[in-house]
Amino acid sequence: MSIAETFAKAKSENRSVLVGCMPAGFPTVDHSIEQMIAMHEAGCDVIEVELPYSDPVMDGPVIQKASDIALANGVRTRDTLKIIDAVSSAGATVVLMTYWNPIEKYGVDAFARDLAAAGATGLITPDLIPDEAAEWIAAADAHKIDRTFLVAPSSTDERIALTLANCRGFVYATALMGVTGARKTVSSQAPDLVRRIRAIDPEMPVGVGLGVGNGAQAAEVAAFADGVIVGSALIRCVLEAPERATGLANLRALSAELAEGVRRR
Amino acid sequence: MPDLAGHFGRYGGRFVPEALVKALDELDAAYRSAKVDPEFQATFQDLLLNYAGTPSLLYRATRLSEKLGAEILLKREDLNHTGAHKVRNVLGQALLAKRMGKPRVIAETGAGQHGVASATAAALLDLECVVYMGETDTQRQALNVARMRMLGATVIPVTNGSRTLKDALNEALRDWVSTVDTTHYLLGTAAGPHPFPELVRDFVGGIGVEARAQCLEQIGRLPDAVAACVGGGSNAIGIFHAFVPDEGVRLYGFEAGGDGVETGRHAASITGGSVGVLHGNRTYLLQDEDGQTIESHSISAGLDYPGVGPEHAWLNDSGRAVYEPVTDSEAMAAFQLLCRTEGIIPAIESSHALAGAAKIVPRLREELGRTPTIVINLSGRGDKDVHTAGAYFGILDQNETVVPGENT
Repeated sequence: MSIAETFAKAKSENRSVLVGCMPAGFPTVDHSIEQMIAMHEAGCDVIEVELPYSDPVMDGPVIQKASDIALANGVRTRDTLKIIDAVSSAGATVVLMTYWNPIEKYGVDAFARDLAAAGATGLITPDLIPDEAAEWIAAADAHKIDRTFLVAPSSTDERIALTLANCRGFVYATALMGVTGARKTVSSQAPDLVRRIRAIDPEMPVGVGLGVGNGAQAAEVAAFADGVIVGSALIRCVLEAPERATGLANLRALSAELAEGVRRR
Repeated sequence: MPDLAGHFGRYGGRFVPEALVKALDELDAAYRSAKVDPEFQATFQDLLLNYAGTPSLLYRATRLSEKLGAEILLKREDLNHTGAHKVRNVLGQALLAKRMGKPRVIAETGAGQHGVASATAAALLDLECVVYMGETDTQRQALNVARMRMLGATVIPVTNGSRTLKDALNEALRDWVSTVDTTHYLLGTAAGPHPFPELVRDFVGGIGVEARAQCLEQIGRLPDAVAACVGGGSNAIGIFHAFVPDEGVRLYGFEAGGDGVETGRHAASITGGSVGVLHGNRTYLLQDEDGQTIESHSISAGLDYPGVGPEHAWLNDSGRAVYEPVTDSEAMAAFQLLCRTEGIIPAIESSHALAGAAKIVPRLREELGRTPTIVINLSGRGDKDVHTAGAYFGILDQNETVVPGENT
């Protein structure tokens, strides 16, 4: 299912889309595939695969740690594409989130081509702003990959408009000024940001990320956003589990709780 | 250079989370207005003159000249307050922070020199200061940690990634994303997202302006070459910039070759790296086949960084400046040579410039058919390096270990 179809379907069901994030290759390639399929089966509408990177400046301690583990275990860019292939073949809608340098190194057009071939529908770029994205925009058009750029509470209306004009699929609204990671309470800046986005483009689906960790928070965000993006809390299920079976069970349970949350708007 | 979006040819730009764009735009606007504000410039110049101790001397190093077979002029940035060129940058940026009404500054530091300079400027201008420093570096440079704390700064050891400068920079960026309303990121080198490369270059640009004027005054002509060490590249761009239009003046940047570029253990981004994006700008960097950053290695903590400022990348590609690696052992030989010929203990960073200059003398002599004149940027003093150098040369008594682990 494309991102547009996923958001349209959720809208027709009067609920939000649940986007669950997991780093590729964490802790190993096969285990990360198993985790992502479990998240999909337990109710994540979209699997956001994060490409592990040595210098993830937008990420808090949980994703940093998971990325470090994946890299220490030798995960490569081509493994990430293999993982996307496996997870999309299992029926999940997959988007990739990656810092820019690994794509630049791979070759921008070649990456868009191989990403599409692997079955991903979109790419989220946390450190690529539209101002620097001419090459990516052309490659994404050529290979029909949706582009998700980020907007933040600090973004001016002019920048929100520029970003929306270059997004396709959905826009990623960072709920607060900070890095990824679950917070005790949902940011109060998020509803205002979503309102400002809708005032500029009422059609573009808005996914809200940063700080959501449980079903109640998912429901709170689902009340005003088209999509709820959860990363660190899901990753922690695996990171903190004493053994693998418990980790997977906790991951399924939290995915199901979040999926229930986005239906409780 | 750069263009309005901070590009030096294909290099530079802004590769940052959108959350930082507004702060960078505000910084850019504040800098543009400060640049043409006589009051700001007068305050900055007054601090440079009466507090930092600039203009620094241009010193004719007679005995070193004899040894190297060239006329060597040393730009004595080591005599500045806090012991390096970095004081120019921190004073400029701290004044900008005041101008923007931001009461807090954060900084990253490797060896601790930029951290100490930032803490100094923050104390002087009454700003809160938080310094991020890799845990490995806090152990290697315990004295600088103490200096920063004496000056009232908070030092936060960074325990993720490789626990060195690049991770300290990541952590400072993470802090900044959360605190941009109240905080200025006092970036320590002429790299990072626009407008930092341009802004830092301009704040340290006095080095080259002074050196150029001092040359004309002292020897009645411009030098044949200017040499500087290059890590992130702020001291080098600071001395190069004023000479770029002087086509007869060759510009040489010497990178940290560590154990030798061929060994893979080095910090030579231009001569041993490839083009990519790191810490907010497109430039040369050390990376693997997948674009993951590779850890750098150098005996000099101040050059131990896997990237380089974008203007150097551009000067390299355009051919205006030439970049070459200098190994740890070449740098340490030059360190010792300057100690013994001139009674000046240089920073190990600056020793790379001395060693590189020594290497180009025969080439220049052949090319020019006469004794070449070379201005070397002596970017910092070696007090902070006494233990590293002492251990390197084996002249520390075992009982004299001041910093744990330094002799091992």
